[in-house]
Amino acid sequence: MPEIRVTPLGAGQDVGRSCILVSIAGKNVMLDCGMHMGFNDDRRFPDFSYITQNGRLTDFLDCVIISHFHLDHCGALPYFSEMVGYDGPIYMTHPTQAICPILLEDYRKIAVDKKGEANFFTSQMIKDCMKKVVAVHLHQTVQVDDELEIKAYYAGHVLGAAMFQIKVGSESVVYTGDYNMTPDRHLGAAWIDKCRPNLLITESTYATTIRDSKRCRERDFLKKVHETVERGGKVLIPVFALGRAQELCILLETFWERMNLKVPIYFSTGLTEKANHYYKLFIPWTNQKIRKTFVQRNMFEFKHIKAFDRAFADNPGPMVVFATPGMLHAGQSLQIFRKWAGNEKNMVIMPGYCVQGTVGHKILSGQRKLEMEGRQLEVKMQVEYMSFSAHADAKGIMQLVGQAEPESVLLVHGEAKKMEFLKQKIEQELRVNCYMPANGETVTLPTSPSIPVGISLGLLKREMAQGLLPEAKKPRLLHGTLIMKDSNFRLVSSEQALKELGLAEHQLRFTCRVHLHDTRKEQETALRVYSHLKSVLKDHCVQHLPDGSVTVESVLLQAAAPSEDPGTKVLLVSWTYQDEELGSFLTSLLKKGLPQAPS
Amino acid sequence: MAAHLKKRVYEEFTKVVQPQEEIATKKLRLTKPSKSAALHIDLCKATSPADALQYLLQFARKPVEAESVEGVVRILLEHYYKENDPSVRLKIASLLGLLSKTAGFSPDCIMDDAINILQNEKSHQVLAQLLDTLLAIGTKLPENQAIQMRLVDVACKHLTDTSHGVRNKCLQLLGNLGSLEKSVTKDAEGLAARDVQKIIGDYFSDQDPRVRTAAIKAMLQLHERGLKLHQTIYNQACKLLSDDYEQVRSAAVQLIWVVSQLYPESIVPIPSSNEEIRLVDDAFGKICHMVSDGSWVVRVQAAKLLGSMEQVSSHFLEQTLDKKLMSDLRRKRTAHERAKELYSSGEFSSGRKWGDDAPKEEVDTGAVNLIESGACGAFVHGLEDEMYEVRIAAVEALCMLAQSSPSFAEKCLDFLVDMFNDEIEEVRLQSIHTMRKISNNITLREDQLDTVLAVLEDSSRDIREALHELLCCTNVSTKEGIHLALVELLKNLTKYPTDRDSIWKCLKFLGSRHPTLVLPLVPELLSTHPFFDTAEPDMDDPAYIAVLVLIFNAAKTCPTMPALFSDHTFRHYAYLRDSLSHLVPALRLPGRKLVSSAVSPSIIPQEDPSQQFLQQSLERVYSLQHLDPQGAQELLEFTIRDLQRLGELQSELAGVADFSATYLRCQLLLIKALQEKLWNVAAPLYLKQSDLASAAAKQIMEETYKMEFMYSGVENKQVVIIHHMRLQAKALQLIVTARTTRGLDPLFGMCEKFLQEVDFFQRYFIADLPHLQDSFVDKLLDLMPRLMTSKPAEVVKILQTMLRQSAFLHLPLPEQIHKASATIIEPAGESDNPLRFTSGLVVALDVDATLEHVQDPQNTVKVQVLYPDGQAQMIHPKPADFRNPGPGRHRLITQVYLSHTAWTGCAMKL
Repeated sequence: MPEIRVTPLGAGQDVGRSCILVSIAGKNVMLDCGMHMGFNDDRRFPDFSYITQNGRLTDFLDCVIISHFHLDHCGALPYFSEMVGYDGPIYMTHPTQAICPILLEDYRKIAVDKKGEANFFTSQMIKDCMKKVVAVHLHQTVQVDDELEIKAYYAGHVLGAAMFQIKVGSESVVYTGDYNMTPDRHLGAAWIDKCRPNLLITESTYATTIRDSKRCRERDFLKKVHETVERGGKVLIPVFALGRAQELCILLETFWERMNLKVPIYFSTGLTEKANHYYKLFIPWTNQKIRKTFVQRNMFEFKHIKAFDRAFADNPGPMVVFATPGMLHAGQSLQIFRKWAGNEKNMVIMPGYCVQGTVGHKILSGQRKLEMEGRQLEVKMQVEYMSFSAHADAKGIMQLVGQAEPESVLLVHGEAKKMEFLKQKIEQELRVNCYMPANGETVTLPTSPSIPVGISLGLLKREMAQGLLPEAKKPRLLHGTLIMKDSNFRLVSSEQALKELGLAEHQLRFTCRVHLHDTRKEQETALRVYSHLKSVLKDHCVQHLPDGSVTVESVLLQAAAPSEDPGTKVLLVSWTYQDEELGSFLTSLLKKGLPQAPS
Repeated sequence: MAAHLKKRVYEEFTKVVQPQEEIATKKLRLTKPSKSAALHIDLCKATSPADALQYLLQFARKPVEAESVEGVVRILLEHYYKENDPSVRLKIASLLGLLSKTAGFSPDCIMDDAINILQNEKSHQVLAQLLDTLLAIGTKLPENQAIQMRLVDVACKHLTDTSHGVRNKCLQLLGNLGSLEKSVTKDAEGLAARDVQKIIGDYFSDQDPRVRTAAIKAMLQLHERGLKLHQTIYNQACKLLSDDYEQVRSAAVQLIWVVSQLYPESIVPIPSSNEEIRLVDDAFGKICHMVSDGSWVVRVQAAKLLGSMEQVSSHFLEQTLDKKLMSDLRRKRTAHERAKELYSSGEFSSGRKWGDDAPKEEVDTGAVNLIESGACGAFVHGLEDEMYEVRIAAVEALCMLAQSSPSFAEKCLDFLVDMFNDEIEEVRLQSIHTMRKISNNITLREDQLDTVLAVLEDSSRDIREALHELLCCTNVSTKEGIHLALVELLKNLTKYPTDRDSIWKCLKFLGSRHPTLVLPLVPELLSTHPFFDTAEPDMDDPAYIAVLVLIFNAAKTCPTMPALFSDHTFRHYAYLRDSLSHLVPALRLPGRKLVSSAVSPSIIPQEDPSQQFLQQSLERVYSLQHLDPQGAQELLEFTIRDLQRLGELQSELAGVADFSATYLRCQLLLIKALQEKLWNVAAPLYLKQSDLASAAAKQIMEETYKMEFMYSGVENKQVVIIHHMRLQAKALQLIVTARTTRGLDPLFGMCEKFLQEVDFFQRYFIADLPHLQDSFVDKLLDLMPRLMTSKPAEVVKILQTMLRQSAFLHLPLPEQIHKASATIIEPAGESDNPLRFTSGLVVALDVDATLEHVQDPQNTVKVQVLYPDGQAQMIHPKPADFRNPGPGRHRLITQVYLSHTAWTGCAMKL
């Protein structure tokens, strides 16, 4: 029985280190290769030894697919390909290919240079790893080998995020990666056609959340920023370099444009500049508005947003500053925060979640006095929280499942409890099977792939000539020979099959004796049989041959007089295998006896 | 092979040639040596299908007269039978279709042939084209039942064709020609009535999506032609909503909408439960579901149709805005709900706590339905859509639904306000307009007003002006709201001074709508103090004027308000009432010794005093005709002055006043010219005076042209009188020339011309002549025979006396008359910095002008650029540069490209 097997090595009932193994029709594919933010030991990478104990990974895996550039989806890639050893192809989209190494390098720097970890991958390894990458376009069907093909769909979420369809023959799996069903200021919404895969592997970060309209949040954000700068205050927005930062930049940029504001906006330098460069390049991956207007003006070429310099923080007058990192735990954002915290006119807006223990978390939970480098810092500035998140909510997930119409759904990248709820909902409302394996747990799905069979034109035409036109919905009976050769199937007429296979045709004839009570001569009996059959079988060609036998199509009837009983005649009926239907009908007809001869 | 081909070609050639003679002669007999013959010869010359195709293509480019169509058709059919190449046959078939559409040609004669060839045709493409031809024939003969029946039969026969193209065309044919009443069919043929609907319905499940689409379209076509669709179609259509192909889904949505409009009240069961709901509600739910379809084409379609489903019950309607929020399985309130609560609890905008949106109650996991079958959140999705086309469609739909349901209007307000921040300007503009349309049903809360007002700072002029118009007709609930609006508008004014007029107008309405809310704000706004006199504000400050406009308009219905004014406010009132009378209403001011207080009480009680005044003064003028000239002149002068003043004061009467004033001025000029004593003196002596008279004649001519073309709403009655006046001016001109020139030759020509004009006048206005009793023309026509025969000198003499005797014609006032005018707002005149541009290069100048009462501005308005060296350039603005903000008003915002070789400054004139 053919089947699809799925084993999450990471992200099974968990968020982080996404890594899912899929076996489909004998092909093995690894989806994503991420790291876990929460761990600093071996657990941060997926357990690749699960895949194969001995032998190289390259022999076992046909390809690796990376959905987008977030580290929890690609962070373990250099480790996997260079340190564990994998030389096969790695597929990702063009933007991911461009941005991924920057982030990996950044990650490496923090791990090695800052935390001083040994036995970590090196810059060279990142480069080597990226050499194995094959970039794909949206909706481009890539043949990994003769049978395995993959295709990318737009996923929103971040620049270059994609959903992948993996297809072997008629069996297919769709992996969504992270996606967003509501468009934002710089990216569009995820979209997939009705591809009806056997299995849809979807993320479920917000399995139990239905979110509010994005507009309210945007409006609040803009209003708060606007009010503060009008008061003459300074606004600090701590962000991570990629993703939300660009969205907020565009939001503010367009607002500034619309409102004709002159207050300066700064963006702290570093990673972001490089990333912004890529955002400018990959316009086809952005949303409708940016795509339509980039000829006049590229939205990522910010008019109002300038690079930040350390010295600017002390400038008088209002300003807006985007600074990294996003949780106020170190770096530039924290420095600026320390400078500005004392003034109640200023404001800090946290656009995302903050991990416990960071300054961000403390001020969000209302703490007003902070201990910093041995000094007390009183926070007088306003603190705002605003969530800009780019994952699909429960409704969005359902919508995508509805769009793709899969046979079954598998949930990953989410918390077990929340998944449970969504699983129940999916089974209830969409009536498809739903799975949620934990890490290392294998789900096996039996499939019934349809097998295409080629039919020879001659045979088809002959069939068509015989009867009605083929109808899509109704099965039809057809005589022919099935030839299985080189793993393909053909349906041909038997003559052709014989010719092809070089076999001689054997004739198979059935012969049957029918006893008739008739006292007359054989000739006359034959004549009677002839006239009887002629009257019954109007559609067939019934002939009386000169030698006294009767033929109905190819069925031969001969009357003979057995020596022992002159009262009965023996009727010899003989037909070929092909005319079985007619032959058996004739015998049963004749067994009923002939009608009384007209006297 | 080549030899064989040649032979074949030759064969074909000869084959074609043979009948040529016979047909050509026949044709010559039937029609002129026309197109058919030429075409025939061409076709015969064609040696290959490609050639023939070329000839046919050329032929198709030229029009064919109705009388030669039949001949051409015969020729084409002839060739059709002989043609082996399907592409040529295809072209012939399409030509047949085209020809049968020719006006004045009855195509029933070719129908038999067309059906005939249809039966023998093998190529699917040609078949499809032939069916198309039949469709053309059928639509040309809508009355002929028998033909329609036959065509429908043919279509039904070919429905089983394997090619989708043929099936498509058959369905199209059925949709367009399928008989509407079954009874007729029964009577006509006696065979089992073909139920066209059923036949088409069967093809809803065709294997080809194009055929499915065609089937739905055919069904819609039937509906458009007035056939009542069966309700059973509804279920079939619902199944098609989950089709794989977007065009099928899109068409299905339309079909569902149609059925829901036909049977809104019938009851359908809800699957998987035993409840039943109204069909229109069910359809509404289904279409709402399509708003989150995968294809944006379908989404736009669905969102558009939602707007026109007004019969849907309010329960369903309100669901469209409802999206139950959850966070970790706990119910969360939407930001809108929170805003409302904050507002009602009196606390304004805290929202500073983290987790302010913390979830409240636990949600029962069983009760949460993630994809409600119903309408839930359709508009929430539609308004958040990625494509702005969908968003616009959703906003439009919201608008239409809100107009029909006040409670829904109240609910959708939050969402509309949110749309004011959309990233695409069109969407913002659309939502502002929508809001204005539903503003009767709503009252803005303060927090909503806040968001609305934030948009005032938008840099787009259209948006700001739309918003001003919105504010004109919104209801504000609190005095803080009014204050906020005023503050924001003033901010807007300082930022964009060009918005002045629009802001004043906005404040006028704002004031008159909310007098009681403005009242408590007055002291603050006027910065009066109970004990101290404050400094008198600058009267020319637009912001101060704006405040005053608000207050005065509020004071109109709030008699207690003037008590709060300080002295200078009254003075300013008097000034503004005079200078900006369209913005400042007349007030009943208590016991003030101001001039206005004396006038205003007498004015207010009367219904329309200025109208009356206008009538009276005109009547006075018309009654004087035979008084002594001196008095008459004076009276005319006064009346003209009065009218002009009136026009300035009362904008609504400006058109009438100006119009009559111009007429009177013409009359005055005429009288003056005639009074000159010059007529009695010998010719050579008064060259100077005649100058005056001819100038008068010229001016009258000019004024009459203005009267005729510069006003909209001028009726025939007035046109007659205007022409009459012009005729008089011409007569005057003739007399003057006669007096001043020597020699008869030029005079002779002029006389002739004048008489022609009179003749023309008579012919043109023959119906109106009875109204012109006793007038110049009346007398002139009496004497016409004499004039025709007499010499120029004599003619002049007669004219002179007649001009003097002619009565003053009463000008009836038209109902609606408006002076067409154009105001150039930008570039402002007397700009300090002249435009500089490099000679030879082009500079773009933004022009912003308001056109009032101009009919068809796209074609009639041009921009003229006058260069300092006297060179003028006419520029035709693009039609898209005209906007139409209100009836009779147009706004021209365009760019004029200037280029000149040597000069640096420029002047503009429209």
